[in-house]
Amino acid sequence: MKKTIITVVGRDTVGIIARVCTYLAENKINILDISQTIVQGYFNMMMIVDMDNAGKKFDDISADLDKMGEEIGVMIKCQREDIFDKMHRI
Amino acid sequence: MINMFEVVETNKMIEKENLDVRTITLGISLLDCIDADLKKVNENIYNKITMVAKNLVETGQEIEKEFGIPIVNKRISVTPIALIGGAACKSPEDFVTIADTLDRAAKKVGVNLIGGYSALVSKGMTQADELLIRSIPQALKETERVCSSVNLGSTKTGINMDAVKLMGEILLETAELTKEQDSVSCMKLVVFCNAPDDNPFMAGAFHGVTEGDAIINVGVSGPGVVKTALSKVRGENFEVLCETIKKTAFKVTRVGQLVAQEASKRLQIPFGIVDLSLAPTPAIGDSVADILCECGLEYAGAPGTTAALALLNDQVKKGGVMASSYVGGLSGAFIPVSEDQGMIDAVQAGALSLEKLEAMTCVCSVGLDMIAIPGDTKATTISGMIADEMAIGMINQKTTAVRVIPVIGKGVGETVEFGGLFGYAPIMPVNKFSCDDFINRGGRIPAPIHSFKN
Repeated sequence: MKKTIITVVGRDTVGIIARVCTYLAENKINILDISQTIVQGYFNMMMIVDMDNAGKKFDDISADLDKMGEEIGVMIKCQREDIFDKMHRI
Repeated sequence: MINMFEVVETNKMIEKENLDVRTITLGISLLDCIDADLKKVNENIYNKITMVAKNLVETGQEIEKEFGIPIVNKRISVTPIALIGGAACKSPEDFVTIADTLDRAAKKVGVNLIGGYSALVSKGMTQADELLIRSIPQALKETERVCSSVNLGSTKTGINMDAVKLMGEILLETAELTKEQDSVSCMKLVVFCNAPDDNPFMAGAFHGVTEGDAIINVGVSGPGVVKTALSKVRGENFEVLCETIKKTAFKVTRVGQLVAQEASKRLQIPFGIVDLSLAPTPAIGDSVADILCECGLEYAGAPGTTAALALLNDQVKKGGVMASSYVGGLSGAFIPVSEDQGMIDAVQAGALSLEKLEAMTCVCSVGLDMIAIPGDTKATTISGMIADEMAIGMINQKTTAVRVIPVIGKGVGETVEFGGLFGYAPIMPVNKFSCDDFINRGGRIPAPIHSFKN
């Protein structure tokens, strides 16, 4: 399984998690872990997801989330877990 | 499992501190393109490059998107062209046709630079080597993406002073041919001592004859990340300073290693090396000079600069070798002037001179890099500067290089704009005293003794 990290950063507003999760469910992306904090009014969320059964290609999902981020007014990034794993684990 | 702080740290490095992979460079051997017929050689070269590199740019972009890490350049290095064109080229003009072919191939596959318009003449020059060297000014004028390098010496062979003399003249001629554009062609020309076979960085990249048919080399960067890490340990002792650089270099290199492995897998081309160089860009915060300042210097060039650079270079290597099993290329800190805002500031403040830069090259990778000098500098003076730098490399068993730009029609105090990643540079004064008789002697400086180290 190739895990992907989705991060959402921006000004807090109602329904951010709901929108992202709805999109993920619609595209058969399974959420493995989710954590969220608010630092000085800024919303910080990280999800670890499994895209193995996703109906769309990584590129398209990434572009969709990017667009959704623009609509909500937050930044949504979608990255393979390997980059974090390689950097922070020996 | 990865936690949020780690994710935030990585993304902060990318978004705020200019962490990127500076280049994926695909090395391609052109040895099988050799032919006695010039037209055929050109055809072979074009076909081989466009075939091997056809997916390079696209694959680079895919990796960028999937991992969220910018890969600034996708480039190609080829076997030194003096070897490839030797059988077919009877004049400098013949060699220029190969430069045109390289340029066309680079444009076709979408890479921004292609290196390897090179000759390796550390001991002697063949006729082909000399023809190629004499063709460099025209080749660089006519082409947009071709980079040229000449290896003039090595620890094992000594320094080819005939070639050093010739390169002084060639550099001026190259400057003269593009004098309307501030002699920009000189940016694409570098001379080396102990040139590495697997360097992914331009202008000095070429695919050495000891390499395989094709190979992926990756150059990482990240001066901004090191600087930010150091800003958190101000006032601490050297142990803490070194430890911080080392840890940061480890993290940066791991990203390079990941990108190199992914590119290698997707392109089905073997992975060669990761080059751990701290390569600055003119962007604010992406500066090696700023790291030196963060170590405690008012400006790069102040007393203590050589020591600070030495420790920086060493710690980068120590952190980097832990992160990747195959480290190669130039690996260290680059100290170009025009590509580093902190260096430019230091020159303008009067803190940094050419002589201090020369001292700094004794302890870091590469050498006198991207330095603009007055256009009326004599060829022998440029050769003298080259000879000094080659001597440092030869004696210290390290790579050194010279990439200076004699800006025709401009003098000390003026600045020159190179654009983009190449930045701008104040023209630096050059020592006025003559070395004519030294350079005009001709011949070779013998290889140094390898014992009695003092």
